[in-house]
Amino acid sequence: MDVLDNLALGFETALQPENVLFCLVGVVLGTAIGVLPGIGPTATIAMLLPITFNFEPVSSLIMLAGIYYGAQYGGSTTAILINLPGEASAAVTAIDGHAMARGGRAGPALAAAALGSFFAGTVATVVLAAFAPPLARVALRFGPAEYFSLLVLGLIASVALARGSAIKGLAMIVLGILLGTVGQDIYTGTPRFVFGVRELYGGLEFVSVAVGVFGVAEILRNLEDEKTRTVMVRKVKNLWPTRDDFRRIVAPVLRGTGLGSALGVLPGGGHIIASFASYSVEKRVSKQPEEFGNGAIEGVAGPESANNAAAQTSFIPLLTLGLPPNPVMALMVGAFIVQGITPGPNVITDEPALVWGLIASMWVGNLLLVMLNLPLIGFWVKMLTIPYQVLFPAIIVFAAIGTYSLGFNAFDVYAIAVFGVLGYVLVKCGCEPAPLLLGFVLGPLLEENLRRALIISRGDPSVFFTRPISAALLALAVAALVVTMLPAIRQRREVVFQEEEG
Amino acid sequence: MENRQSFADVLAGAIFIAIGLAFVVGSLGYELGTPLRMGPGYFPLVTGGVLAVLGLVIVVKGLVAGEQIAFGRIPWRSVVMIVAAIVFFGLTIRNLGFVPTVAVTALLTALASYRIRLLTAVAAAAGLTVLSWLVFIVGLQLRLPLYGDWFPF
Repeated sequence: MDVLDNLALGFETALQPENVLFCLVGVVLGTAIGVLPGIGPTATIAMLLPITFNFEPVSSLIMLAGIYYGAQYGGSTTAILINLPGEASAAVTAIDGHAMARGGRAGPALAAAALGSFFAGTVATVVLAAFAPPLARVALRFGPAEYFSLLVLGLIASVALARGSAIKGLAMIVLGILLGTVGQDIYTGTPRFVFGVRELYGGLEFVSVAVGVFGVAEILRNLEDEKTRTVMVRKVKNLWPTRDDFRRIVAPVLRGTGLGSALGVLPGGGHIIASFASYSVEKRVSKQPEEFGNGAIEGVAGPESANNAAAQTSFIPLLTLGLPPNPVMALMVGAFIVQGITPGPNVITDEPALVWGLIASMWVGNLLLVMLNLPLIGFWVKMLTIPYQVLFPAIIVFAAIGTYSLGFNAFDVYAIAVFGVLGYVLVKCGCEPAPLLLGFVLGPLLEENLRRALIISRGDPSVFFTRPISAALLALAVAALVVTMLPAIRQRREVVFQEEEG
Repeated sequence: MENRQSFADVLAGAIFIAIGLAFVVGSLGYELGTPLRMGPGYFPLVTGGVLAVLGLVIVVKGLVAGEQIAFGRIPWRSVVMIVAAIVFFGLTIRNLGFVPTVAVTALLTALASYRIRLLTAVAAAAGLTVLSWLVFIVGLQLRLPLYGDWFPF
């Protein structure tokens, strides 16, 4: 069977000793930043991206992916132990997980999260392996018109499914696209918006933009109101769930895995939506819904499985279409480009060892997470006592050195400060930073495909509506936009995301 | 929620308008071309216009029925210190060398916290310098001089 051959190739690559090592480094780092509130995977991956430049392409992507799903995993630990989600997607886990911890059952909660995540990760790896090649084959038939429409759909959907004001999200996307036009024009070579600065000819460095709007802006946000964290659970004992616990988590884990695998593919906060959806499903089907909120193990196992599955399947649009569904995936696009590989439907045929190695490494990574994290839980608890005052200078310094080492270009470093302040002001005004980054990464592709499509059609813009696939994609984009703007739906969205805040 | 003015909305909208218009004005200086063969100015012109319009809508909405956002205070000291630290790094890394640049950058950044004591900040900066040296110079073999040519020895 095709899938089996591909997976065999993948495991051959992923199980090479140095790749296992990179995977290990990735998941440990990811868990660490997931555990620490106030540092997200986006900023961390942006920070580490320059470093991975020196590695083999496969190894660097394996490590970066490990950081991403490791962070999903680590976030739940913090959520359970101190009721502070280290990651947005762990917010629901905090509800019942922390209630269990208060009731002295932190161990089983952590174990349920870990085992659920592992199972979900395993299934999602298979889903990824099974669905990626056919999707890539479809995408190979796309012309520039279809690509343009697909990009439009992806960008609009990322606003529709995210929280916050839709119109501000749109403006952030457009702002990102505009920032992406800085630098030499692809067709004529004319330098645009560079103000005579030679260092800007290659465009704004996207690591600077990402570190600025996610790293610096977030740090400034946290410094508005410095608090000390208190770790409630000093020692975690009785890690292993009881036989009864096992019986109770089987169905939620299965349902969560299914939900997460499907929702992860969506642009926007797929893994966040997945964990919320799973929680409300579990609450609805439960025979004792009153237990939810007071330490129901189902409310931990379901959402944790869902967000881990979603974290993995969000690689599907990236690997098959070159379309990143969330900011972390946008950074992965950057990682591919830094390595000289353009992500898109060709990657899977041109670089099979890389794609399948990456997919297989996710399973290896999930296994490593279970083997490492349950025994190491005491270590993670200890890490929560590192004060933020020491943590954030480390982020800034590492980001500055890392960005500088990318091209030995001081302008890239200044750009961090500029985008940090701009991002901070915009975030304060209620604008989400994620759409800006997606727009910035996809903007040049959007322009290129638009111009190419119009050259092929001899300047006739109707090409976007007369080619069926393109028309369907644009229709979906319009529908997504209309639905987001409808007041009734908007209220529902607000309700959904308010729960997340709580 | 209705009929309330929102400072955050107006400010955000104004920023979008300003940036959008700046790109529009800038792109007028480049060749626009035709839809068939777009010049370098075409796409940024249209996109900048769209951003300005979206900004305008946000401003109007902010004046009529704004989104109520707790703006909160601005930690001026943190903003200034962090920007200063990053700019210092960019200005001096080439000539001052890795160790002094990182040490000063780390110290400036640490002082961005309102609650840190000077001694703690110095200790944190020293520790961070050693850590960065270990990670970037020893571990990742980054080719940067430890002490630059501004050092006479």
